[in-house]
Amino acid sequence: MTDEQTRGAVGAPEPADGVPRGAGTATGEAAGPPRGVVRDALGVGLATGAYGVSFGALAVAAGLSAGQAVALSALMFTGASQFALVGVLGAGGSALGAAATATLLGTRNGLYGLRLASLLRVRGPLRLLAAHLTIDESAAMALGRRDPGTARWAFWATGVAVFTFWNAATLAGALGADALGDPTALGLDVAAPAAFVALLLPLLRGRGDVGLALGAGALALVLTPLLPGGLPVLGVGAVALVVGLCLPGRRRPPRSEGSAR
Amino acid sequence: MTWLAVLLGALGCYLCKLAGGLLPESVLASPRVQRVTGALPVVLLAALVATQTVGDGRALVLDPRVAGVGAGLVAALLRAPFLLVVAVAAGTAALVRLLV
Repeated sequence: MTDEQTRGAVGAPEPADGVPRGAGTATGEAAGPPRGVVRDALGVGLATGAYGVSFGALAVAAGLSAGQAVALSALMFTGASQFALVGVLGAGGSALGAAATATLLGTRNGLYGLRLASLLRVRGPLRLLAAHLTIDESAAMALGRRDPGTARWAFWATGVAVFTFWNAATLAGALGADALGDPTALGLDVAAPAAFVALLLPLLRGRGDVGLALGAGALALVLTPLLPGGLPVLGVGAVALVVGLCLPGRRRPPRSEGSAR
Repeated sequence: MTWLAVLLGALGCYLCKLAGGLLPESVLASPRVQRVTGALPVVLLAALVATQTVGDGRALVLDPRVAGVGAGLVAALLRAPFLLVVAVAAGTAALVRLLV
């Protein structure tokens, strides 16, 4: 796995760990799914479902309706972006700020799409569907396979399984939280930042990343008194975007300010 | 207002997914673009953690949220599963609120 793929696995309960690398050797492309692919897909779907319950509950605690929570899972369908959108809205951010933060977090899916394009070879309307299912889990399950036929099965089976479980779990979590009552008394207001911590830690590989994260957090706090809700996070993302694109090509960026690269 | 955020955000995320298959490979394969898409999740998640732990509107406040997120961080460092991290954080914040 290359660097950008593994570190991009936000929102995935480390699905690649459960993939038996050798499972793709027996192809059977015409006859049906290769052995193990569907079982692995269901396993990842179930694990993601557990995580979807907390998303549904969190969304409702942040003030969304159950319908809005499920709409996010069905239409946005990329975990970290959904958590971010709900988090920014819950903190009183604007609709535009929340949508922009979610979109920036979703840019990594574009990288998966690029790498999957030559593998999946889909055309026409199917391509639009494949794009929707391009997430951490489906990309990790497909890109880990050597045989293209197995990779295709892994992509579609994982995408459909995660979509099904993720949406059902979101609904269950949202309805459950609706029944619970006061979110603050239950400490649910820290569920969102705790979820972000759980998503962030697996991405930190080495001191550079830790410095980057600390710098980004510090810059966000500096911007908090200066900007209305939601915009400090977006401002940090914008700094990262500009600095990262303007720094020269391959060199590792200096850690001064630590805000971006 | 919330629906606007839901629909705009969903559209933005979908276009990101679609772009990967449509843009010329040279754009997304460039080291700068890869560097930025790799760093953005780290940067944005860290900023979200910071603002939602001590931010309250435009003010910075230390309240039971800090204890809750701190406990969640410890759980995450001990490689607890996702749901446990969230539960530990929420439980700690609720407990501190009850006691203080």
